[in-house]
Amino acid sequence: MNKNLKEQVLRSSGVNVLKCMRCGKCSATCPSYDEMEYHPHQFVYMVEKGDIETLMKSDSIYKCLTCFACVERCPRGVEPAKVVEAVRLAAVRQQGNNHLSPVQIPEMLDDDLPQQAIVTAFRKYAK
Amino acid sequence: MQRIGVFVCHCGTNIAATVDVKAVAEALSHEPGVVISQDYQYMCSESGQNLVKDAIKEHNLTGVVVCSCSPRMHENTFRKAAASVGLNPYLVEIANIREQCSWIHKEIATATDKAIILGKAAVAKVHLNAPLTAGESPVVKRALVIGGGIAGIQTALDIAEAGFDVDIVEKKPTIGGKMAQIDKTFPTLDCAACILTPKMVEASQNEHITIHSFSEVADVKGFVGNFTVTIKKKARYVDEVKCTGCGACVEKCPMKKVPNEFNEGLDNRHAIYIPFAQAVPKVATIDPNYCMMLKNGKCGVCSKVCAAGAIDYKQQDKFIEQKYGAIIVATGFNPINLDKYDEFAYSQCPDVVTSLELERLMNAAGPNGGTLLRPSDKTHPHTIVFVQCVGSRCDDEKGKPYCSKICCMYTAKHAMLIREKYPDTEVYVFYIDVRTPGKNFDEFYRRAVEQYNVHYIKGMVGKVTPKSDGKIDVQASDLLANEQLHINADMVVLAAAIEPDKTARPLATMLTTQMDTNDFFTEAHPKLRPVESATAGIFLSGACQGPKDIPETVAQASAAAAKAIGLLVKNSITCNPCVAHSDELLCNGCSSCEKVCPYGAITYQDKEFRMPDRTTAIRRVASVNPAVCQGCGACTVACPSGAMDLNGFSNSQIMAEVDAICK
Repeated sequence: MNKNLKEQVLRSSGVNVLKCMRCGKCSATCPSYDEMEYHPHQFVYMVEKGDIETLMKSDSIYKCLTCFACVERCPRGVEPAKVVEAVRLAAVRQQGNNHLSPVQIPEMLDDDLPQQAIVTAFRKYAK
Repeated sequence: MQRIGVFVCHCGTNIAATVDVKAVAEALSHEPGVVISQDYQYMCSESGQNLVKDAIKEHNLTGVVVCSCSPRMHENTFRKAAASVGLNPYLVEIANIREQCSWIHKEIATATDKAIILGKAAVAKVHLNAPLTAGESPVVKRALVIGGGIAGIQTALDIAEAGFDVDIVEKKPTIGGKMAQIDKTFPTLDCAACILTPKMVEASQNEHITIHSFSEVADVKGFVGNFTVTIKKKARYVDEVKCTGCGACVEKCPMKKVPNEFNEGLDNRHAIYIPFAQAVPKVATIDPNYCMMLKNGKCGVCSKVCAAGAIDYKQQDKFIEQKYGAIIVATGFNPINLDKYDEFAYSQCPDVVTSLELERLMNAAGPNGGTLLRPSDKTHPHTIVFVQCVGSRCDDEKGKPYCSKICCMYTAKHAMLIREKYPDTEVYVFYIDVRTPGKNFDEFYRRAVEQYNVHYIKGMVGKVTPKSDGKIDVQASDLLANEQLHINADMVVLAAAIEPDKTARPLATMLTTQMDTNDFFTEAHPKLRPVESATAGIFLSGACQGPKDIPETVAQASAAAAKAIGLLVKNSITCNPCVAHSDELLCNGCSSCEKVCPYGAITYQDKEFRMPDRTTAIRRVASVNPAVCQGCGACTVACPSGAMDLNGFSNSQIMAEVDAICK
């Protein structure tokens, strides 16, 4: 368990993972559930355990749509999406860990893609 | 000259571990007026009390200071000990060196210093103590039960059994409450009506019990043993005495489209109605919001068909006043409103129901005559999903932070009953935890799983989506399998959290009782006084104090009755002599005290005074009713002229304590 990493994730997310009562409503409501290796409730539990490196290595952090359905419906106000975001930032902020580079952009472009989505994607996936 | 004895308690190690008790006794022995200062291991023990008694006799003490625990624990013990050897009990003072000193400090030096200061303050106060004599006030031998559910009925029956008159005030047209709506009861699965209705009949036939149905408490005045309550008997537009409950009016009433509250709005009733067949009293009531005659004067059918001539369209709300010695609150609960839970589609889909609605759907007197059918198309449901903890254990403003306690068990009951009656139905229960403490409760839940093959899935439902083919898609977590499930259901049943009835809060204000942040009434002590409120003479029965199932409610109802009987058997009760009094020569008649008094104990009167020049003048001055005053001291703080003073806690005594502490 990496204590510093846990501390960093807790601080940057602002989430108190101890409020979780393990009902699983976050994962029940998640539209990306089937895409994810680790599901929203597992993010909360694994961050509590300090098992953050496993999450950082998993593709799950890029599958979260940040739709905030889990935040909206969590009966305990835990805000799992913010935990996912914090773990993703912990990964992306490491040197050489950008998940999106400008050279990839042209091939992704299509007429329907709003510019704003590209800006948001950079904010989410790159330093 | 005062002769004061100081007694310092070790309380085992509770005090002695952090306070040097010998040093405290030694320091206090030098205080003015102190003639004896001792320490002892357990001052509250028999031998400890004897130590105090012997010292009072031997040294002819005029005041006693006991440095020990909080006065809430043992003040009474030492006062009784003093009284037994002839010292006025109000000449005993407690210095709290445990809760407010030894338990909160870690260093011996600090704690000892503080204990000495607290002891000095108590000695300074006892110098000014005056002997007080407690008065007596008579007890009215009649009890009021507010709420006519199973809690109120049981309490009333038990009090009546002891031979005292009891009035039940019920806001609905019939007594019976929530239990009357329930189909079967856990864990024995006997029919709720079969065990409740005999009690309702018993209550109505008992000569000691008066039922005020369709009535509300409008005002409460007075104090323990002597409450004056105004009861508002709402106009039901039917003469209760004349009505025979034949139901001819109900049959003929042309207004048939009124949502039926008793069936949770799942079917309709008439504008004139009797809630259910076994209603007590079995009397019709006209709903003025729907009655054509009352709304626009066009109809009058019920009045024509009533052979007893009981219909009275001109009936008005009536107020009656009655005196009571004790009041028992039994206002009960309701399921919370689920409109804010969009994810469960409760307000969009008729086949998503609450558990209480399911009770009615399964009841023989319910909208489908006891056959479980979907409300939307009246077909038999083949897949039913139960969702637990809807609004319970929630940390947001939509729900309640507490566990509603009864849902795990009634869901197991529902699941079992459905599997028993319709074995071709698949039943899923989504749970966070299954909580079944209670006699035969866990066995009951296990039976649902093992014998009836109910699918219990650990996880929560995230989304309920009604589909165009009439089915309902239930998206949920299966945490143990680490899967997200989609169940194609016919019906969804939501175990809604329960909350106290909305009438409880205004009632608490009238009764000057305390509530918690969830509007449950607060008991006087969470462990040792569970059925008494902190206000003397007010008792708590049933779910108004916290979520409860029927066995617990009945147990608490009988306990509340026992406490009320304990009060009613007394001819008079001893009053607290530590009450406020006003110095009429200082009072300037400003009314500040009257405004802050929470008990209504202060009144103003015009009084004649002789002036120095031998004339008389009329002045407006405050006077305190000592029987009503609870000694809270609010008036003494509010009084700008210093006319108000509290016996036992006089302004001069408090100042003496402050001086002693600051010296």
